[in-house]
Amino acid sequence: MSDKKDITLTINGRDHNVSVDPRWTLADVIRDHCGQTGTHLGCEHGICGACTVLVDDAPVRSCLMFGVQADSKKIRTVEGLAKGEEYHPLQKAFMENHALQCGYCTPGFLMLATGILEAQPDISDDELNDVLSSNLCRCTGYANIVKAVRAARDEMKAAS
Amino acid sequence: MATATNRMLGHLGDSVDRLEDPPLVTGKGRFVGDINFPDQLHMRIVRSAYAHGKIKSVDTSAAEAVPGVVAVWTTTDIDDVPPIDFREGSDPTLALFRQYPLARELVRYVGDPVAAVFAEDPYTAEDAAELVVLDIEPLPPLINADDTPQDFKGKATTEAAIVEQGYGDIDETFANAYKVVEVDVKVSRHTGVPMECRGAIGRYDEARDVLEMYGAAKVPHRNRDTLCRMLNRPASGVHLFEGHTGGGFGIRGELYPEDVLVCVAALRLGRPVKWIEDRQEHLMAANHSRQQRHIIRAAVAEDGEVVGLDDELYLDQGGYIRTHGTRVANMTTGTLPGPYRFPVYRSICHFRLTNKTPAATYRSPGRCESTFVRERLMDAVAEAMKMDPIAVRRRNLISLEEMPYGRALDVLGDSVEHDPGDYAGLLDQGLAQIGWDDLQKELAERRANGEMVGAGISMFFEKSGLGPSDAAKIFVDNEGFIEVVTGGASIGQGFETAMAQIAAEDLGTDYRRIRVVHGQTNRIDYGVGAHASRATVLTGTAVSLTAQAVRAKALDMAAELLQTNADSLTITDGVVHSKDNPGGPSLTLGEIAEALIPTSKLRGDREPYLKGEKWFHIDHQTYPYGHHIAVVTVDPDTGGVEIEKYFIAYDIGRSINPKMIEGQLVGGLAQGVGGALFEEFTYSEAGDPQAVTFADYLMPTLQETPDPEILLTEDFPSIRTPLGIKGAGEAGITGAAGAIASAIDNAIGIPGAVTETPVTPQRLKKILSEHGK
Repeated sequence: MSDKKDITLTINGRDHNVSVDPRWTLADVIRDHCGQTGTHLGCEHGICGACTVLVDDAPVRSCLMFGVQADSKKIRTVEGLAKGEEYHPLQKAFMENHALQCGYCTPGFLMLATGILEAQPDISDDELNDVLSSNLCRCTGYANIVKAVRAARDEMKAAS
Repeated sequence: MATATNRMLGHLGDSVDRLEDPPLVTGKGRFVGDINFPDQLHMRIVRSAYAHGKIKSVDTSAAEAVPGVVAVWTTTDIDDVPPIDFREGSDPTLALFRQYPLARELVRYVGDPVAAVFAEDPYTAEDAAELVVLDIEPLPPLINADDTPQDFKGKATTEAAIVEQGYGDIDETFANAYKVVEVDVKVSRHTGVPMECRGAIGRYDEARDVLEMYGAAKVPHRNRDTLCRMLNRPASGVHLFEGHTGGGFGIRGELYPEDVLVCVAALRLGRPVKWIEDRQEHLMAANHSRQQRHIIRAAVAEDGEVVGLDDELYLDQGGYIRTHGTRVANMTTGTLPGPYRFPVYRSICHFRLTNKTPAATYRSPGRCESTFVRERLMDAVAEAMKMDPIAVRRRNLISLEEMPYGRALDVLGDSVEHDPGDYAGLLDQGLAQIGWDDLQKELAERRANGEMVGAGISMFFEKSGLGPSDAAKIFVDNEGFIEVVTGGASIGQGFETAMAQIAAEDLGTDYRRIRVVHGQTNRIDYGVGAHASRATVLTGTAVSLTAQAVRAKALDMAAELLQTNADSLTITDGVVHSKDNPGGPSLTLGEIAEALIPTSKLRGDREPYLKGEKWFHIDHQTYPYGHHIAVVTVDPDTGGVEIEKYFIAYDIGRSINPKMIEGQLVGGLAQGVGGALFEEFTYSEAGDPQAVTFADYLMPTLQETPDPEILLTEDFPSIRTPLGIKGAGEAGITGAAGAIASAIDNAIGIPGAVTETPVTPQRLKKILSEHGK
């Protein structure tokens, strides 16, 4: 179809040197060419947010970005949240608050929340609701997701 | 390992954390899209852009010429593959209306698969699919199920079936009624829309002559049986595997054209074939649901008793009849009377094909629709009789004294027999908890001050625990780890955790030491999967009975080794010890398992291994019950509805894990709110679907979803199951549209205003302007 371009994606601290078609989405490159399948595709048109990853620490819908656009950028996905055996406070809070059922939208919510809590550790409940409304979940009815993210916010604030 | 290292967790009724969660929060899940095989091909479907038409030709030459394309199929390439059969077995009366994996002669909806492209990578497959030229001669589409039926292939009409249920003399009852109240109400076309689109991988292992399908969900064993029938293969040579499943809701996991295609392609092309659906396809290809119009009449006595109910409904089935046959019609007509007595009843369902996406079950099929219709009617009866809506409902509820209450109605082959339950008692509890009387005063004051705010109620009974049977196998290894093998399925509901808790109860062990197997057709002969709120009720009971048998065997072996009798022993934390002397001589389950290996001299005449397999057969389904109450405000300028407060009361019989049950109720409600206010598949007059992206098909976000107050009671354990379990999967959605519609009527002060869901701003603005508001 077109000439491939060699790029380097730094995903969770590890460099992936991949040769990509310019039209491949970042999500497809992360999943199919870097083997990191924790990032999920829910709509491929930028609405559901299941594919949210952090690019240079900002939440991005990886279905709306091309892989080549992320060349040399620092990408964080759900696989990088835990530190070894130790869960990230958000992962822990999601499990304790039953904030997931099928778990398909969960990586997107976790990365969205990670991005926003790192940028705004003091974010208010109302602002948090606004941010979390940008992703879709079909199982939980959201209430437990809200509880989990608030709990993680409070824990992360207390620990900092 | 002598003993479990942590405090023993996971008794029945404990809200323990889920076993499912760790891989899902760390990105280690294995959804079908995450599975790959060496040398696999990727399939892309070419779909009809016409709602109805005659296929004149399909030109695949340009697609075949694309480098990387291995094959392009039309129906002539697979003319030996029959149409997709019904899940519960063949049905000659409906056989004509089944769907072929690739359309033959006619296309019957936009999205109907016409050709399949197989290529080395998914991008190439999609490019090549664009080059397949379909020459289709358009035919007039049939869009509305209540329009005159059309010809179907010269052999029938599009009215595929009439499903009628009822009892008593309708004509006499209505002739003698004090008053007759009629409503004409519609439920829109909407559906489950799981966050993971569908996917399937077919793989043929020629060395073993085994066909495998990955991406199975919901009913893997049933789908294996259908595939065996369609492809003339033995059950031992077809294995289906369920991995992680990104939501089910009834629509995911049925046997679809694409599932059959990847299997046939794997067999014939000799390479694994992977298909992953995109969202646009999903919204026009996966099962739709719900669309019905009911014209329903109540014959009412002077005191508000509804002495007769007469319903005629039009069910919009879409282009074909898929795996469910007429099950939604059966459940609608079988559950319409709900929790009320209604001594005379008739419902006639016109089960009609149209030129839209085929329809089937979505969470609470038949009950969601019939509850909305019935509760709209009950509100209309209250208005006509100038009675309080609660009082009318009370007058008609089946009483505890009448339980178990049988009716001459069929629901999925089961004659309805209500489990004992105190419908009025739970209503009292619910109204007291929400402070109904004070709420009415407060809302009246707010309305007097110009606000459009109101409350509404919807009562329902549910059905759960679809039988007839289920089995489980339990194996304890020499280290004391336990494997529970089931024919159930996990679609996100917490199946593994629930089964582990049930097994842990009898095996006296920590639930975290139990591995639960589901959805693997090569591990257990029989399985009915996860649907109809049946998994915990049926599979859970089979697991419980099996765990009891394994426990008995463990205690019997231990009694001999400890030179005591089995009755004096119990199991704690995986250790068998004396009830009276917990610190005395003991054996771990692993040590007992070792004593039971085939070569063990200690085993005696016992069958080898610490294991068991038991069946559970249920004589009737279980029938839980509850009600929803909504408080809403309406913005007269925008027509927008905001749910201010929401309340769900539900009698579960016996909780396994209350946190997960509440999760089911809250999640179900979110989907109920979607169906009540937002979600709708609309079509143009030409039959073009107008909601094929998430920008058009509007699912509730956090902002639109209430966090409900829940009253979960265990007052009436089911008499049908030894543990008293009733199902939890669907009660959160069943009552939603009825309660919200009732609250909107109340808020805008126009009784009976809402006759159609979803109550979109456009519809509500129209209602308000028609009434000069």
